[in-house]
Amino acid sequence: MAGSNKISSTPPRWLLAELTYACPLQCPYCSNPVDYAKYQSELSTEDWKRVLTQARKMGAVQLGFSGGEPLTRRDLTELVKHARDLGYYSNLITSGYGLTEEKIIQLKEAGLDHIQVSIQASTQELNDHIAGTASFVRKKEVARLVKKHGYPMVLCVVIHRENIHQMAQILAMAEELGADYLELANTQYYGWAHANRDLLLPTKEQFEQAEQLAQAFKETVAGKMKIYYVVPDFYEERPKACMNGWGTTFLTIAPDGVALPCHSARELPGLDCPNVKDYSIEEIWNESKAFNFFRGLEWMKEPCRSCDEKEKDFGGCRCQAYLLTGDMYNADPVCSKSPDHAVIQQAIDSAAKYALPVDEKPLIFRNSKNSRLFS
Amino acid sequence: MSINPDKPIKFSPLHRLQWEEAQQKDVILYPEGMVELNQSSAEILKLCDGTRNLAQIVSDLELKFATSGLINDITAFLEVALKNGWIQQD
Ligand code: SF4
Ligand code: SF4
Repeated sequence: MAGSNKISSTPPRWLLAELTYACPLQCPYCSNPVDYAKYQSELSTEDWKRVLTQARKMGAVQLGFSGGEPLTRRDLTELVKHARDLGYYSNLITSGYGLTEEKIIQLKEAGLDHIQVSIQASTQELNDHIAGTASFVRKKEVARLVKKHGYPMVLCVVIHRENIHQMAQILAMAEELGADYLELANTQYYGWAHANRDLLLPTKEQFEQAEQLAQAFKETVAGKMKIYYVVPDFYEERPKACMNGWGTTFLTIAPDGVALPCHSARELPGLDCPNVKDYSIEEIWNESKAFNFFRGLEWMKEPCRSCDEKEKDFGGCRCQAYLLTGDMYNADPVCSKSPDHAVIQQAIDSAAKYALPVDEKPLIFRNSKNSRLFS
Repeated sequence: MSINPDKPIKFSPLHRLQWEEAQQKDVILYPEGMVELNQSSAEILKLCDGTRNLAQIVSDLELKFATSGLINDITAFLEVALKNGWIQQD
């Protein structure tokens, strides 16, 4: 590929296959791009099979079928089967909406390894409000069916201001449903969550309380349930080591075939992310401009460049640096060494203001109508 | 939790043990994770197929590698494996 500079790299290990942007739910924290409605085309079955084959050959082994809602793809079972034949360990990341027992059995036979069901809250009223769709009863039923058919059951709850007060009940619900894994994902503010941040970002006190509950629970269920706690990085002093380093481990393929070093990278300007219809996964991973863009540490500006922690966090998240400082080369402003660190406090203050009922503004639900407004 | 020496040991149905060509290693796969195994750990786990108890696993491996005195190392590893949920006993 023209204009590329090749930096030595490790092969991909995790492949996220975003099969579609179609989804019957409308979560206001969805990580899909806010302007997803403009990406209408979807890869064909043959394209996906080729992508899976090529990435597997390079060494990818963990595979997530995601979206949108991957169940809306009619060829899902066929792709799952192909993945199994190749030796992937595959995961269906689903809202559970529209997942029947028959389909659960069919996917198991095709070789699916686990199913991650998301639930929005511990009560029907709040779940259905956040999802924008009546789905609570079905989701709980799906969680039970997933277990019944011998899959490891992974329950995922995205945490934000609207449901953080339910932490104790969410934990009890996970236990009652017999989750083998519980992912408590504090909202990361990209995509729709960025647009809704004033309404989703909890206060520090709320975070601390919720985290305490989660940590205590972790000990009581040790050996039975594994908890993955995704930290709310707005209240940290150091950024996360985003994607384990750019272009080192993770590969995301968007519904239209665009290959991304992380699922939010579409928001970054000038990356020219390549499409799997034009290049092989090997060319994309090793040679494309996008995957080499932030590989290594050479691209860094100060304070990262001369920081003795740069090998630990790689300067944090590029998308967060871009969204919050306007320059994707900057240190992630979550870092207390960043000259832009004050924007984090401003975001927290702004969210606190909107937590007061007088200033209440409506959530922007993730749907095609709203998405077209962002396009 | 510790290993019951009388009961057979089986690999957990919620995990997968497989050879990874790209890494030239056996690995354990599970939701959101992967553990790379060294050769001896992999050899032990491959014998956890629900037909052997601890003593049988030890004697099979001692035979295979023409050695003796493996019991402590194997027991210690299996305790870790049990704690991590990689193996089970009914
Ligand atoms: S976060 Fe919600 S709206 Fe977005 S894809 Fe998942 S279920 Fe659909
Ligand atoms: S200055 Fe940059 S490299 Fe250093 S800790 Fe902060 S984000 Fe990480």
